[in-house]
Amino acid sequence: MMNKSACVIVNGLSVKRSKMLVLEELSFALSPGRVIGLLGPSGSGKSTLLRSIVGSQIITHGTVTVLGSSAGDKALRHRVGYMTQAASVYDDLTVRQNIAYFARILGLSATEVDRVIALTDLDLQSRKLAIDLSGGQRNRVSLAIALLGTPDIVILDEPTVGLDPVLRSDLWRLFTELAATGMSLLVSSHVMDEAMRCDELLLLREGQLLAQLTPADLLARTRTENPEEAFLALVGGVGGATPNVARPSPKHRAAGKENQP
Amino acid sequence: MIRTLATSGRVLQQIRHDPRTIALMLVVPSLLIGLMSWIFTDTRVFALIGPAMIALFPFIVMFLVTSIATLRERRSGTLERLLSLPLAKGEFILGYALAFTLIAILQTVIAVSFAVWVCGLEIQGSLWLLFSVAALDALLGTSLGLMASAFARTEFQVVQFMPLFIFPQFLLAGIILPRAQLPRPLEVFGDWLPLSHAIDALNAIANGTEDSATTASLLVIAAWIIAALIVGSLTLRRRTP
Repeated sequence: MMNKSACVIVNGLSVKRSKMLVLEELSFALSPGRVIGLLGPSGSGKSTLLRSIVGSQIITHGTVTVLGSSAGDKALRHRVGYMTQAASVYDDLTVRQNIAYFARILGLSATEVDRVIALTDLDLQSRKLAIDLSGGQRNRVSLAIALLGTPDIVILDEPTVGLDPVLRSDLWRLFTELAATGMSLLVSSHVMDEAMRCDELLLLREGQLLAQLTPADLLARTRTENPEEAFLALVGGVGGATPNVARPSPKHRAAGKENQP
Repeated sequence: MIRTLATSGRVLQQIRHDPRTIALMLVVPSLLIGLMSWIFTDTRVFALIGPAMIALFPFIVMFLVTSIATLRERRSGTLERLLSLPLAKGEFILGYALAFTLIAILQTVIAVSFAVWVCGLEIQGSLWLLFSVAALDALLGTSLGLMASAFARTEFQVVQFMPLFIFPQFLLAGIILPRAQLPRPLEVFGDWLPLSHAIDALNAIANGTEDSATTASLLVIAAWIIAALIVGSLTLRRRTP
């Protein structure tokens, strides 16, 4: 699994926050040029894992290597785009002013601002103040900022939250197109249907990596029809005891109640 | 340098979208100075405390504005995003300091003009020096505000920091009672506080008695600014728990 061409290598990563173990001994490697979905219920540690890869999380144990450098290294600040879970835009600036400010911080020109505005379909809103936007539009501003300068890796923390199905589908199409240009995208979501749009999945639960596999494998191994059921089956079958291994398990547990490990 | 200016420009753009804040920042000091001079009509009191008021406004306003603005950056996630980009912490802080100092200078020009030409406050010394002290005061407020925001988790807390950081300085600066008449420990403490020096300097300028003590006062204020900016930038962390 660990190969030299991996764009992200996580090795034995543990994160403790106020004495709670948020991430527990995670190890995995991600290949470049793919859309990788990070899926798991709320509170499973997705954001913490993404922040560890960006380098803004204090980690307790283990290493995170991104594009050959340690996560958060100065050399990576031009190469890793990061969209935080909150929209992280200035409410009292227009869409354009928001994006232009971050572009100047990255040393990019006005044409790059135009490019990401067009890419995220914000042309019509570019003169609106961020506070006057809908939740979905704010998210797209945040996404536009993360795409500035075409970074090698883009880390997106729940980018499709609050979007209507049409917009959500548009965004996933954009992610696929970007991956086709060689960009690596790590996208977190707690909506399991989005799993089918990814090239590869990381399934996280209670700070442990349940499985790393393709969407097709997920369905095959759990003998389920859709990712929602598959995830429930997986959670029920593994019980949080053995990370990294997805055991096939019979379909059970209709309700979304999680059992305790 | 480009990133510092980009940050200042962005902060000013944000304020430009908030005309009410601009109006409050520019007009309120003059209103209060006018009120003071009205209260003390026909007495010498306004001539005595007028210069101190010029020191207070930029200091208090910039403290509040900066601490709340940076707290908002911390809470909205924009700070975390900025710190994952090639922006040095010093560039971020100087960007803020520069933007707010510009506003403070504008605020001071209006307040001093109002105090001098409408309320009849007499300034014997150099007006330029007066503006420089006021700008320095604003910078002091900005840097202490940056520092305070690091210790606050909520807007409620940050507003409570104002009495903590500012009231003691106000009480010990010699406005209420000359510092020489304070109990000895309070006098010594007051002598080290930056607002005391700002008020001393402004009084000297108002009376036209600037001397080496005034220069020393400016240096003390500058030292406080630098110290607060350093502490402020140390509290910005690229990695957080």
